[in-house]
Amino acid sequence: MQQTADRFPLSPRLFSFNYGRDSSAQTGCSVLDAAFKRYFSILFPEFTKDEFFDAWSEPKSFVVTVSVKSRGCDGYPDEDSDESYNLGVGDGQAVLRSVSVWGALRGLESLSQLVYQDDYGSVSDSSPFNHADEIIIANCLNLSMQYFINKTEIVDFPRFAYRGLLLDSSRHYLPLHAILKTLGAFHPFTHIYTQSDVKRVIEHARMRGIRVVPEFDSPGHTQSWGRGSVPSGTFGPLDPTVDSTYQFMERLLKEVKIVFPDSYLHLGGDEVSFSCWQSNPNVRKFMEKMGFGKDFTKLESFYMESIMNLTAALNRTSIVWQDVFDYHERPRSRYVVEVWKQGCYLCEMRRVTKAGLKVVLAAPFYLDLPIPTHSWARYYNVRPLAFLGDDLIPLHTVLEIWKSEHYQTELSKMTKAGHRVLLSAPWYINHISYGQDWRNSYAVQPQNFSGTEEQKKLVIGGEVAMWGEYVDATNLTPRLWPRACAAAERLWSNEQLTLNADLAFPRLKEFRCELLRRGIQAEPLFVGHCKHEYDGL
Amino acid sequence: MSAQLRFVLLLLTVTVSQCWLFGDFLGIKEKELDELALWPLPQKIQSSAVSFKLSPGSFQITHAKQSSAGPSCSLLENAFRRYFEYIFGDLKRQEKSRKKAFDSDVVELQVWITSSDPECDGYPNLQTDESYQLSVDEPSAVLKAANVWGALRGLETFSQLVYEDNYGVNNINKTDVSDFPRFPHRGILLDSSRHFLSLKVILANLEAMAMNKFNVFHWHIVDDPSFPFMSRTFPELSQKGAYHPFTHVYTPSDVKMVIEFARMRGIRVIPEFDTPGHTQSWGNGMKDLLTPCFSGSSPSGSFGPVNPILNSSYEFMTQFFKEISTVFPDAYIHLGGDEVDFSCCVHVLLDIVTATKKGYMVWQEVFDNGVKLKSDTVVEVWIGNKMEEELQNVTGAGFTTILSAPWYLDWISYGQDWQRYYKVEPLNFPGQFLRLIFFPSTDTQKKLVIGGEACLWGEYVDATNLTPRLWPRASAVAERLWSDKSVTDVGNAYTRLAQHRCRMVKRGIPAEPLFVGHCRHEYKGL
Repeated sequence: MQQTADRFPLSPRLFSFNYGRDSSAQTGCSVLDAAFKRYFSILFPEFTKDEFFDAWSEPKSFVVTVSVKSRGCDGYPDEDSDESYNLGVGDGQAVLRSVSVWGALRGLESLSQLVYQDDYGSVSDSSPFNHADEIIIANCLNLSMQYFINKTEIVDFPRFAYRGLLLDSSRHYLPLHAILKTLGAFHPFTHIYTQSDVKRVIEHARMRGIRVVPEFDSPGHTQSWGRGSVPSGTFGPLDPTVDSTYQFMERLLKEVKIVFPDSYLHLGGDEVSFSCWQSNPNVRKFMEKMGFGKDFTKLESFYMESIMNLTAALNRTSIVWQDVFDYHERPRSRYVVEVWKQGCYLCEMRRVTKAGLKVVLAAPFYLDLPIPTHSWARYYNVRPLAFLGDDLIPLHTVLEIWKSEHYQTELSKMTKAGHRVLLSAPWYINHISYGQDWRNSYAVQPQNFSGTEEQKKLVIGGEVAMWGEYVDATNLTPRLWPRACAAAERLWSNEQLTLNADLAFPRLKEFRCELLRRGIQAEPLFVGHCKHEYDGL
Repeated sequence: MSAQLRFVLLLLTVTVSQCWLFGDFLGIKEKELDELALWPLPQKIQSSAVSFKLSPGSFQITHAKQSSAGPSCSLLENAFRRYFEYIFGDLKRQEKSRKKAFDSDVVELQVWITSSDPECDGYPNLQTDESYQLSVDEPSAVLKAANVWGALRGLETFSQLVYEDNYGVNNINKTDVSDFPRFPHRGILLDSSRHFLSLKVILANLEAMAMNKFNVFHWHIVDDPSFPFMSRTFPELSQKGAYHPFTHVYTPSDVKMVIEFARMRGIRVIPEFDTPGHTQSWGNGMKDLLTPCFSGSSPSGSFGPVNPILNSSYEFMTQFFKEISTVFPDAYIHLGGDEVDFSCCVHVLLDIVTATKKGYMVWQEVFDNGVKLKSDTVVEVWIGNKMEEELQNVTGAGFTTILSAPWYLDWISYGQDWQRYYKVEPLNFPGQFLRLIFFPSTDTQKKLVIGGEACLWGEYVDATNLTPRLWPRASAVAERLWSDKSVTDVGNAYTRLAQHRCRMVKRGIPAEPLFVGHCRHEYKGL
């Protein structure tokens, strides 16, 4: 970014957004038409009120010309979306160029952050009043102040493609205006998201260039599922040993695919407790048959692999929590081999296939594996190996690291195994503490682990997580903002230019006030005040 | 209460195993759970399973015939309306459902003020009698209290006894309550200097305080960062010392409104004008008030505490505190005195305030530094380290004291920290050396502990996050200071507090959740 002290006044009456002649997006582009409207009222909030009045400057027109190279106003942002843009601000005009409408959205946000108000109006020569008079008039008439923008050139693009925020609507219901998604509900009428609610969330997000990635965490974290559809009949995690579970998951994921357009689907796979599986004689029998011994992590891997395959068959990319990778990574155990010595493998095979392998076979990506698996015999040979190494987690599955201890080591291992990785471990901001903990989030360096350049490229981004144990509509927004802003900058900006939190502090402080001005209930960073304070409760 | 809510609450109180057996809990009767939802728990309560219906169409809160207060008592009239709305919701909004009106079993709550002066136009003070007797029966419930202050506490309890059944009908069980506070000073400290707090936020938190039977608003109104209090005598103080001279100040009428709003809820307002340290913002409007600091032989441009060697400092203080003593009706002013080097003459300041016929409260350092204090001084113990020792010393020297050390609610942490606040026992120090073994309650030294305060300092708190950060965490302190010493069961407290927080949410206070779960009426704001 380059900026000079030359500043140009903006008059709301003569301010407009236009599409460039060479732009492939033109009037009628839903995303940008709505964005123009949104940013106009963000720039000039008083304009919609009656008291607005341009008092003391020669009104001058200002035109923002937006040119988008490729079409796609009605699409959804995805992992390959180009969010880069160029913005040039000059006298009476700004030119915003981007490849996609999503880049244009990012550029409009930057533009809105470049505009500022002068407290006591223009002090230019053309001003009909002297400075003191202006203060009095401004106070008497409750006038808005003059808006300015400086001469600026910006070339911008995100460092990571995936910059996420995780909200948890299960532990506490979050009303629609506060949210994301989910099924699990406390009250069947007042505490659910209907499909039309979900559609609204997705569309609201799309208009802002935000992808909605739903997480349906299984096989653990599913207590609430049992009360609706009954896949298992017990109250532990899902039962991975019966066909009905996979049939249920297939139907559920098919519906999810219809409702959620994003190409990613988060399958969870974290924190499965094995005590209930252990207590169930059918599960134990199944474990024996499969040669898992007493290692329930293998059973979970078996389940997750099936679900990942199901997901791939639906043309969706899976994200799974790191647990899935960690289990696969466990050292080779002897008793697996022992199973092989027990003969009658065809009987075994029959039983195993009954237990859900047919869904696995449907998975097209198995064709990509180094070992061809599309024959029954071979498949059966390969199958137990799935639990011995990480090579059978489908390569294009995205792994999400959430455990904060040794996350750099984990990054190293996962990327070495060729997986794409999302980092959320250092950004569990539901964990609150006294003081400026945003600085910890800010200090994170997602690519600071031992590995090759190729490995580092496999880090596709990160997520700020706000789990819901202690959060609902009463306190969600101030806990989230501006604390999440720290990770936002880490994931977008050039790390070398943004390592110093002390330099970021005044900018973030000002940005927090800007959030308040836009009606977002963002909490303070430290002692101080904003011109427009939050006036709610 | 819905079955789902019950399910969720119970899950939280038991250790969660992987195979949940929720069938076991379904036998619990709804009413029993709701009876537990009183907060803070009254001293004595007898309740039966007999329940009565309450209908907004035929129930009313009235003055008992024998009562010394009548319709001219605006404090009670206001409280009647407020509690009627808490119980039945905003009636204007539910005009339609009124058609379904049914008869009440309990048709009235008679409020009976027994002393000859109901104190309708008075202010509560440290000696105020807040006890009350409540008897709920058919067809009339009776609330008996010496004066309006006890009646306010009893109205809150009555409103907490009412519960909604699954059909949305209000019920109340046959109940007898005899209640009084364990400590007379139960306070909340809010800091309007580090961040400006709008009137809206202050008033809403006074509402929440009344719901928790708090009775002191310790208003830490000015400090180093800003001076939002608008003084009539020295208007420059806020003109130059506030964050903004118009938008970030409390005008005299704002202050009046806060005091009156608090009075209507039986809450004292004790302002704190912290001196001689914590006064950076005073210096903006008052030249020469602060001590110029030197580096070497020339002034460094920065300033220390109030300049103790200039007569003008004392003249200013005399005039200023004269104004303060008339603006704030309470018998006490908090003079701060914390975190400052005591080379300067604090005792002169104390004399100045004494001349205004006010009592004063001070932070513990003033006592620690051996400054001579009036015998009615309240010493506030705030340093967590060696808290028991300090209580022992302060009360040993014969001073009354309040405790805030364990209740600095601005120090947030992950999880259910309310339990930590709840487990504090304020009288957990040795007390009188020669105490009568058979009459431990005669320990006069322990009686000098008159209460405590939950403090929410303002470094990281403003209108955006203050209310959910304070509630229901401060509610834990409320029960510790009101209820009997023996009320210490955290599991039982959890069940009641989770419902109490839902009640606050229903009444419009964005009180944050204790843990996973939901409320029937979720917060509608944002």
